[in-house]
Amino acid sequence: MPVLELREVTKVFPGVVANDRVSMTLERGEIVALLGENGAGKSTLMNVVYGLLSAEHGEILIDGSTVKIRSPRQAIDHGIGMVHQHFMLVEPLTVTENIVLGREPGRLGVIDFTEARAKVAEISQRYGLRIDPDSRIADLSVGMQQRVEILKALYQGASVLILDEPTAVLTPQEVRELFSVVRSLVSEGLSVVFITHKLEEVMAVADRIIVMRAGAVVGETRPSETDEVGLARMMVGRDVVLRVEKTPARCGDTVLDVRDLHVEGERGLEAVAGVTFDVCGGEVVAIAGVSGNGQTELIDALVGLRPPSAGTMALKGVDITHASARRSIEAGVSHIPEDRHRRGLVLQFDLAENLVLGDHRLAPYASRGIMNRRVIAEMARTRISDYDIRTPSERVLASSMSGGNQQKVVVAREIGRDPELLVAAQPTRGLDVGAIEFVHRQILAERDAGKAVLLISLELEEVLSLADRILVMYEGRIVREFSADEADAETLGYHMTGGGGTKLGDSGAPTPETDEAAERGAGR
Amino acid sequence: MSEAREAIPVQRPWMPVLQKIGVPVISAALAIAIGSIIVWISGYDAAAAFSALFKGAFGGPKQIGDTILRATPLIFTGLAVGYGFRAGLFNIGAEGQLFMGGLAAASLGVFLVGQPWFLVVPVLVVASALAGAAWAFVPALLKARIGAHEVITTMMFTYIGRYIVSWLVVGPLKDEGMIPQTVALAPEAQLPRIQSLFSADTLDALPFLALGRAHMGIVIAIVVAVVVWLILKYTTLGYENRAVGFNPYASETAGISVQWTTVKALCISGALAGLAGSVEVMGVHHRIFDQFSSGFGFTGIAVALLAKNHPLGVIPAALLFGALSAGAGTMQLEASVPQKIILIIQALVIFFVAAEEIVLWFVRRRQKEAMSHAG
Repeated sequence: MPVLELREVTKVFPGVVANDRVSMTLERGEIVALLGENGAGKSTLMNVVYGLLSAEHGEILIDGSTVKIRSPRQAIDHGIGMVHQHFMLVEPLTVTENIVLGREPGRLGVIDFTEARAKVAEISQRYGLRIDPDSRIADLSVGMQQRVEILKALYQGASVLILDEPTAVLTPQEVRELFSVVRSLVSEGLSVVFITHKLEEVMAVADRIIVMRAGAVVGETRPSETDEVGLARMMVGRDVVLRVEKTPARCGDTVLDVRDLHVEGERGLEAVAGVTFDVCGGEVVAIAGVSGNGQTELIDALVGLRPPSAGTMALKGVDITHASARRSIEAGVSHIPEDRHRRGLVLQFDLAENLVLGDHRLAPYASRGIMNRRVIAEMARTRISDYDIRTPSERVLASSMSGGNQQKVVVAREIGRDPELLVAAQPTRGLDVGAIEFVHRQILAERDAGKAVLLISLELEEVLSLADRILVMYEGRIVREFSADEADAETLGYHMTGGGGTKLGDSGAPTPETDEAAERGAGR
Repeated sequence: MSEAREAIPVQRPWMPVLQKIGVPVISAALAIAIGSIIVWISGYDAAAAFSALFKGAFGGPKQIGDTILRATPLIFTGLAVGYGFRAGLFNIGAEGQLFMGGLAAASLGVFLVGQPWFLVVPVLVVASALAGAAWAFVPALLKARIGAHEVITTMMFTYIGRYIVSWLVVGPLKDEGMIPQTVALAPEAQLPRIQSLFSADTLDALPFLALGRAHMGIVIAIVVAVVVWLILKYTTLGYENRAVGFNPYASETAGISVQWTTVKALCISGALAGLAGSVEVMGVHHRIFDQFSSGFGFTGIAVALLAKNHPLGVIPAALLFGALSAGAGTMQLEASVPQKIILIIQALVIFFVAAEEIVLWFVRRRQKEAMSHAG
């Protein structure tokens, strides 16, 4: 008998059916991956199970008997625990305090901390979730905070654990740790629902895979019966190219020329310590590196957001070392920012207003300070159809769009401007396979149109599939340059973690000292 | 919940407009409802109180004129605070900018004696705006350059401005006589009353034009509100102002100077507040003295909140607050309910607008009911 069974669950939001007669089962000791694109209805379904949303139709059965779950409290009473993407922890409190919060042991309003600590220690021992019960949440890494969330669910007596996109915030190492935790949980008899849109994770951890698309279950399979390509096809509903085909680069004139650039970081420390490279028209140059090795500061300097402390930058022979962001845009630099919500979009603006951002002072969108809303709307409609942005009109607010569509808006604006140089920072972060394919195609189309592209990415897979040349950045310096055909994930990862020494021009193929160094470097 | 957003929304262009208007209207209604309960608990006749209040605010052309009179400066200060909010700035010091605007009109007006009105009035109005902008300029610069918070600096500048006026009206600019005030403006420097534009015959024929003390400042106020609305909607200035208010990081990335936009926004806000001072001086008192503003700069914050920072919304919001203050006297006189009760209602309005979720809860419940009936 399944521990959890859903029968024909239907959840309707105004104007959309988020879950359309979804049925599924979860057996004891099983890991079921709920796979689907952003917006397929995975989280909605699990929020129904956890009592955060109430379904219009359908049944939820726990251990074979129908239950009504109207609140998370009731879900917990039925043994269902859920760890959300955004943690719900009280930062100034300790691990123990957070775990027992809401169900504190003790009498008459006095918490028995000795008992609380003992219980927490007991649970963490039993499931192999090592943690210091007295640390403050604020002092813990994201991975550890997630562990606290899992412990909290276990403390509350969960036998079914729902993990909503648990890996989105984790480093590769933490992801591996999480997977081993999940495996030890199921070996103790728990059942886990794992929500994700990442194919390799599903293949690595799931016993059974349920694929959702547009609110409905479209298929069910096992990792042994399929591969990533097959999963992607089920998820998106068409063939998806995981690695976009590309022709060899035809390098034209030098577009970007950076000489001995130094940039200071937030605390006045030198984040970019003398970087020299160039990008020519018609090629994609990628900067690979582990997060925090000066990439952000380098991007900021290139697009005029942070003045360099020394060195020069030139765009097609014109000096842009001290150009402001505005002059940089006008000189022909486009920028897909790392963080689209913070730097890429004004979420409270509608699509048209977002699509003109940065060009809003220029003809034909404005003249003498007056904006031409008709021309802007026409441009927006063209971009919407050219870049396949899914929206009923250009008047829709950016905040009401999905992440993939929002990123398409940024890409449409930055590429649609027809720049000389495109600086693309993490252009596919948080996107699902269909959207990633689209963005990759756009970037390559820009290259094939003879434009220069500088790609900064933490995803080695992306770097390897797009770049013609790869520069490895480590501690503010470019430590190694590869051409596309001589690089592979292992060597890149090795150099990204400082494995190859810090001198440019070392000869001879490096041999990774340890697998771990390479893997640590293979950050996404 | 993210799935819900994926839905391609059904297009109903009137819905956003309705929603924008709905919350303030319901907020005001709730405030009056709870206000009447308070009146009733305090042992007064709520019905009598509100009918007296209504009579005092809208009972006849003269009363309507009084409401307009009090709404006029509030439109300007509401626009001032609202424009600042649209750039993410809280100009809490509109009162000080208003004093400086009033001072500019009152002092400069004396020197322009003998010039024709069509020269004097525009010059004084523009001077007031400039004075208000100047008074906001230093806080704006401090904000842009060193990040000093505008709530502190504009407030401090309000004290400086008020005390400068207090000193001037007892000292250098004091009129002859006992009262600490400046010399009265010549008629050509005054904003005429609306009813004075019509002949006695016209007023007899069309009695609704006898608007008592209401003056031409209201026309300037409405024109300025429309201009501010056009600026926000159709100009790069307004676009950049809104962009910076919503997301300074994205604005910066798009090449908009956040510092310069901040300076411009706070100065424009100050200019609008300065205009409030000019209409009070030129339309009502015809001179400046210590107490010439009854906190219009501060009530402007409430007006902007109720209007949700929309320049056209400021007009009805200001009229509501104007009506409350115009009717308060009659309410005290006829229903012997203390005028101060009006302050409670004003506070409740602000409370409900600020606590939008409470109002939305009512709205959503109604919608849910409607949906279940429909289904």
